[in-house]
Amino acid sequence: MRIAMTYTRLRAEERLLLDAFEALGVEVNPIDLREVVFDPAEPGEWATYDAVIDRSVSLTNALTATRILESMGVRCINPAAAIELCSDKLSTTLALIRAGVPTPGVRVATGGEAALRAVETVGYPAVLKPTIGSWGRLVARVNDRDAAEAIIEHRETLGSIQQGVFYVQEHIDKPGRDIRVFVVGGEAIAAIVRTSAHWVTNTARGATAAGLPISPELREICVRSVAAVGADIAAVDILECPRRGLLVNELNHSMEFRNSITTSAVDIPAIVARHAVRIAESARVSQAVPA
Amino acid sequence: MSIASTITAACPECDAPVAFDRAPLNGQIARCPDCSAELEVTSTNPVTLELAPEVEEDWGE
Ligand SMILES: [Zn+2]
Repeated sequence: MRIAMTYTRLRAEERLLLDAFEALGVEVNPIDLREVVFDPAEPGEWATYDAVIDRSVSLTNALTATRILESMGVRCINPAAAIELCSDKLSTTLALIRAGVPTPGVRVATGGEAALRAVETVGYPAVLKPTIGSWGRLVARVNDRDAAEAIIEHRETLGSIQQGVFYVQEHIDKPGRDIRVFVVGGEAIAAIVRTSAHWVTNTARGATAAGLPISPELREICVRSVAAVGADIAAVDILECPRRGLLVNELNHSMEFRNSITTSAVDIPAIVARHAVRIAESARVSQAVPA
Repeated sequence: MSIASTITAACPECDAPVAFDRAPLNGQIARCPDCSAELEVTSTNPVTLELAPEVEEDWGE
């Protein structure tokens, strides 16, 4: 069996995954995508891989590689379509709504005046998010009409085209914490709860984390949300709404987990590696069947 | 297989030795124990370190 791991920076997560594959006795070829020139018409060595696990920190790299590789018939973990659905907040919202998975209410507008109406409809405070972006970057809480007008004008004049989409989410008055659940192969394998005084709860922004037992209700919403985007492996960010209960806020296709292994007491990289091997094995079997 | 000796490279910021317990891979991220600079392995033979690039707009999970 041959597995490759594509990456753009080899962080602690990638090193832990390589170690986990090694512990299984599976050799994984780490490939730095910045050095690769793809010929989409000529799979070459790529065709020899039963699966490629993508761990790019750059979304552009992740999508470029997985789209080309899948077109060559290589099984990618995660699939390009799942990466697309997870990485664009509007796409995530649409997939969750189609699947009937509870998610915070949003309004979407493409013009400044409509954006202001969207914010007023959602009510204050509202949360304005760029549709693409991670780690809580450029997420703004809008507390009143003055702030809404200022932010919308700023985004209209200085923002990129992508920022011209106004994605306005209702603010969930969560109990000062949010939940992250790691889902691998359709199973919720670990959960942590992050507590923060700051309204953007994000360990990259200094929140503290603890392990959390996975209730049947939490398991169900997380597994359904990951199925809705078709991801093999994903981290689900959950908000606890006092009115509506558990809501799926975001899905992360290239999850960070270095700090969650000790916190959750679950060997996340080992489980990810085992699942990747299972996928590679079944991809190999299906490739072996003559067309 | 890898030899059980520590591989070191100089920090480009402060020149302190940065140690790897085994051969690092291209693109690997390390932190200087002396000046805490975030570093990236830009070549493996010999091991060369450069300051890790700033976070780019499309980076994340
Ligand atoms: Zn240094």
